[in-house]
Amino acid sequence: MSLSVTDLRVHYRTLRGDVKALDGVTFEVADGEIMGIAGESGCGKTTLGKALIRLDTRMKHAGGTVALDGEKLPIADDGAMRRHRYREVSLIPQYAMSAMNPTRKIGRMIRDLLAAHNVRYTDVLPELERRLELVGLDAEVLKRYPIELSGGMKQRVVLVLSTLLNPSLLIGDEVTSALDVSSQKAVARALVEFRDHGFVRSMIVITHDISVLFQVADTILVMYAGHLAEKAPARTIIDEPLHPYTKMLIGALPKVGDRYEEQQLEGIEGRPPSLLDPPAGCRFRARCPLAHDKCAEAPPFREVAEGHQVACWAVS
Amino acid sequence: MLTIEALDKVYKTGTFGTSDLHAVRQVSLDVQRGEVVSLIGESGSGKSTIGKMVLHLLDSTGGSITFDGRDVTKLGFRARRDYYRKVQGVFQDPFSSFNPIFKVDRTFETLRRSYFPRVSGAAWREKLEEALGAVSLEPGDILGKFPHQLSGGQLQRLLIARALLLDIELLVADEIISMLDASTRIDVLNLLGELKGRGLGILFVTHDLSLGNYVSDRVVILYKGRVVERGATAAVFDDPLHPYTRDLLASVPHLDRTWEEVEAEESQRSARLAGRCLYHEALAAQGRSLGDEASVGSASGPADDVGLVEHAPGHFVGCFRKAADEECPAGM
Repeated sequence: MSLSVTDLRVHYRTLRGDVKALDGVTFEVADGEIMGIAGESGCGKTTLGKALIRLDTRMKHAGGTVALDGEKLPIADDGAMRRHRYREVSLIPQYAMSAMNPTRKIGRMIRDLLAAHNVRYTDVLPELERRLELVGLDAEVLKRYPIELSGGMKQRVVLVLSTLLNPSLLIGDEVTSALDVSSQKAVARALVEFRDHGFVRSMIVITHDISVLFQVADTILVMYAGHLAEKAPARTIIDEPLHPYTKMLIGALPKVGDRYEEQQLEGIEGRPPSLLDPPAGCRFRARCPLAHDKCAEAPPFREVAEGHQVACWAVS
Repeated sequence: MLTIEALDKVYKTGTFGTSDLHAVRQVSLDVQRGEVVSLIGESGSGKSTIGKMVLHLLDSTGGSITFDGRDVTKLGFRARRDYYRKVQGVFQDPFSSFNPIFKVDRTFETLRRSYFPRVSGAAWREKLEEALGAVSLEPGDILGKFPHQLSGGQLQRLLIARALLLDIELLVADEIISMLDASTRIDVLNLLGELKGRGLGILFVTHDLSLGNYVSDRVVILYKGRVVERGATAAVFDDPLHPYTRDLLASVPHLDRTWEEVEAEESQRSARLAGRCLYHEALAAQGRSLGDEASVGSASGPADDVGLVEHAPGHFVGCFRKAADEECPAGM
């Protein structure tokens, strides 16, 4: 078992009280698994990714544990996590490609990064060049400034540098967003290839774009308002979703070939609840067509078939 | 209704504008009433530039944009005001389209001040409620709120309602759903479909092919400022001809097919079309004057050849080279 997260709770401190962005999240990611996290803005998917590597000053660890390869990660202890960061858990944050230092050549920037983790640049240089080649980049890019590369190239550089020390877990937050479809495909392919080559043992890919997850992920975890809704193999989530939210979400995505005149798709009425003071019970209750009295009690995230977990009273 | 002919846009870039960037080359297209035309292209294809030129936010370098027979590229200040009564735009980021320190009502008030100074308060209120109803918003939920209290989908629909207050005939929708969540996206798309049913013409600018396909009647595929293919949506999506369109369609992440399956299908088509150029084949067959759909500066050879030929009824395709400075794959 590569990653196991148990009842993780992370809150954001605000002047008006705690925003319960992650409210009791339990799941596992197996060795070699690419798990995609899907959900709408504000559902807690980015918070989950960040919580596994570093809690910033606004974030508060309110409970739960995270274990990687059987060892407990001290996620609430910023100093103790330092030893694990980058070497064992690595994160590609949102907009990483725009965060590269514009005044440093890319090679120099990687050298600085490695120095911060006590690794000598020259030791890993051959491997670095080999991996750049693998994602279709020339070793020449190390002598270039970030501004000289396209978005897709930068994103691939970020992927290579964040996995240089073969971490157990890579978290990619919106790594394919804001790219043109052709670069999106190249980056998504590179993610899978890195897993296949064993550069990264398992991966969590966070995106709002479910069709990208369908192409790269083995399993998809659907989140809604700080809770887990459903986790299943990618094809099951698309073809036979069980949770009403997943069904409505998939139903709202036009496939290439769907036409407005022939078949009108429907959106989901309403908005997710405020997480400042979330309602008890199932969080999707207010928008759910199947809601009944029982839903006032939070449904457990239960396994209904092998590898398929759902949190819904109507299903389990 | 809207006709664009041989439109050009050259941006001056570099120090003191020493170099030229040819953002739009000889683009011709038209939008009729009750029709959605999608402009599809990746970043840098010139799709937004075209939208902005139609809205007169940018000047064009060459060519013409006519709206109901009037050239709109040379409108004066007063005439432009009348033009904006009929043509409005909605843009990508609804959060930055509103001033965050004022209530959303102010957006409507400024509109009233400049376009309807003589309409009475009650009549205005009625008009406003009608427009909000058209985009399925409840006036009570919306008016008197600040932008941050509303969701992206609500704000985007408000902007469409604002455009509808003006009895518009053409809406330029520039990436209006890219910032929205999947569950609200479809509502805005359905709204566009509904407006189309009421006789509005919509120029829908997008990079997302599945969204472009869902709502549009015709699509225009742009690559580096040039139209490479255009035609009825079904024709272009079912039988993409230009190499760029085929690449683009093969890169789209589908929900029902993996990239491998799509590629297998695409490789058969590529094998059939490899080394060919339908544009030059058609020209050779018909003779230059008959085949040209756009008026092309034909004398200067293939590098300037940006016209289209009609491959099947209503399905136009351009020369199969990709970038403007490449050679035609058929060597013609």
